[in-house]
Amino acid sequence: MDLSAINPVLLIASLMVAATPLLLAAIGELVVEKSGVLNLGVEGMMITGAIAGFATAVESGSPLLGFVAAAIAGAALSILFAILTQFAQANQVASGLSLTLFGLGLSALLGQSYVGVKPPRMGDIHIPQLSDLPVVGPILFGHDIILYFGIALTAAVWWVLKYSRIGLVLRAVGENHDAAHALGYKVLKIRLMAIMFGGACAGLGGAYISLIRVPQWTEGMTAGIGWIALALVVFSSWKPWRALLGAYLFGGVTVVQLNLQAAGVAIPVEYLAMSPYLITIIVLVILSADKSSAPASLGRNFHASR
Amino acid sequence: MKLTNLLTSAAVALGLAAGAAWAQDKTKVGFVYVGPVGDGGWTYEHDQGRKAVEAEFGDQVETVYVENVAEGPDAERVMTQMALEGADLIFTTSFGYMDPTINVAKKFPNVKFEHATGYKRAGNVSTYSARFYEGRAVQGTIAGHMTESNVVGYIGSYPIPEVIRGINSAYIHAKKVNPDVTFKVVWAFTWFDPAKEADAAKVLIEQGADVILQHTDSTAPQAAAQAAGNVITFGQASDMAEYAPKPRVSSIIDNWAPYYIARTKAVIDGTWESVDTWDGIGPGMVGIGEISDAVPAHVKEAALAIKASIADGSYHPFTGPLKKQDGSDWLAEGEVADDGTLAGMNFYVEGLEGDIPQ
Repeated sequence: MDLSAINPVLLIASLMVAATPLLLAAIGELVVEKSGVLNLGVEGMMITGAIAGFATAVESGSPLLGFVAAAIAGAALSILFAILTQFAQANQVASGLSLTLFGLGLSALLGQSYVGVKPPRMGDIHIPQLSDLPVVGPILFGHDIILYFGIALTAAVWWVLKYSRIGLVLRAVGENHDAAHALGYKVLKIRLMAIMFGGACAGLGGAYISLIRVPQWTEGMTAGIGWIALALVVFSSWKPWRALLGAYLFGGVTVVQLNLQAAGVAIPVEYLAMSPYLITIIVLVILSADKSSAPASLGRNFHASR
Repeated sequence: MKLTNLLTSAAVALGLAAGAAWAQDKTKVGFVYVGPVGDGGWTYEHDQGRKAVEAEFGDQVETVYVENVAEGPDAERVMTQMALEGADLIFTTSFGYMDPTINVAKKFPNVKFEHATGYKRAGNVSTYSARFYEGRAVQGTIAGHMTESNVVGYIGSYPIPEVIRGINSAYIHAKKVNPDVTFKVVWAFTWFDPAKEADAAKVLIEQGADVILQHTDSTAPQAAAQAAGNVITFGQASDMAEYAPKPRVSSIIDNWAPYYIARTKAVIDGTWESVDTWDGIGPGMVGIGEISDAVPAHVKEAALAIKASIADGSYHPFTGPLKKQDGSDWLAEGEVADDGTLAGMNFYVEGLEGDIPQ
């Protein structure tokens, strides 16, 4: 055992990277669920974003353009879900699941010619002096711009949901769509926007995996992160900062357990392998004891005639 | 005796008649994959084998495959489905499919099954695997020469004999050329999860490894090594040449095509029998990808010498004297490990640190 081999600064810096795709997807889904829609297609939208972002970045040479394309692709795929559930009144659970399957297949098809291609690298932000600070530098000032965007997005979503008028309307729609409709709010329009926002975020999360965290394209590379994001939303009691905490916990424990293994710590590896799931769930379950419940209209379809 | 002879020839005659009748029909060959065909590693190479079967027999065969099949009950469902849909021969290409394959094979005695890397056989179940540890001996030699930090990182998938054998083989040969070398082993508990593999590679690099060996299927560790700079890697299962000449300096390549073609032909001809195949560098089931220019000439020479001596059978990667991790004797001077021990290997050799998860 050689714990001194673990560099805590590098560890924290890399757990932030590991957490970002999860955070982006979870924040998007959180907004969707706050509006009363349950979209189980996060994994499908993520993987579609991963290939769309990857392909665009390779063709254009610009990773940033790749992220834009990923957001658009994720949102576009989510429109399919919106049409099915909001206008055709299809079952949300079934539609979401099929969206995942569709996304996995579509991305494999689109990605055929991109296997083994190397994407252009997204540079880390380098702020003179600040980035060179010991300890704080690599943790706070040495990352790529999307990672900061994820944190900023969390703050923005929190603020909008809590303090802005649009957030209030969104929550009203999610809690009681009939009442919101009676008050004159356009339930379907608001839900459509929320679904698209969720799709765009999931797409960004997917592209973060294919362009920064891994970076390459392989089929099925999101490997279940979309599902973890879904669980994270529930366990975080639909609160943005808790979703951030959960994402960092998950990413953190994943990276820590790999570090412990490499350092030769003699804990049975199966425990280490399941620890990210376990610890994240335990902490969030404890936090969610504050009785804040799911949006009341979650998963229920709305039709103005009823 | 006579009766059995009679019965056998009757059975053969029937089989031939049936074969003739079937000849009009296509032979259907199924493949069950653990990862996506585009993983660039393990499943990719099996799928190349499938394509080779199609190219070889053309209209005589029809191939089907299912990718991303989880090891467990799901695998059983997929195999049953394939058998029900008329597959004559089914290749199940991951260790975890062993029990499901045996279970399904019992239900479909007329369907031939081929399980990769397992050790359970039946009348209609063959097993086949490649001696990857021979390739790992070559890689270990290169790794031992090339490491400057004397720390070699190893990303293991599951603690099964196949993977443990690879770790031991790589370690023994790295140690031979570099007595100071140490191995850091990280278990990913997945065959294919690029994000986790990338994290594992980064962790190993952060902890001082400048050579990364992997027994997982994606090219994510290569990408991580490239980003880190002065780190070398080896292609696993596929050549992964897109990362050459550096970080990927050589590779172990699985070449299943000749085997798949031979076995499909046996089914078409009606000569299929349950066999246990375990071929290595010699017969070409294990290939060594080109050693790139990033490797100095004398290291390349040493690696190729090992490869040649394994190929012609004059050298076995597990040759004594070797001790187990706990210090007990395993192989005496000049003694060679038998296949039974290798197939069930569940211990580290002396010098490796850490425990194998049980």
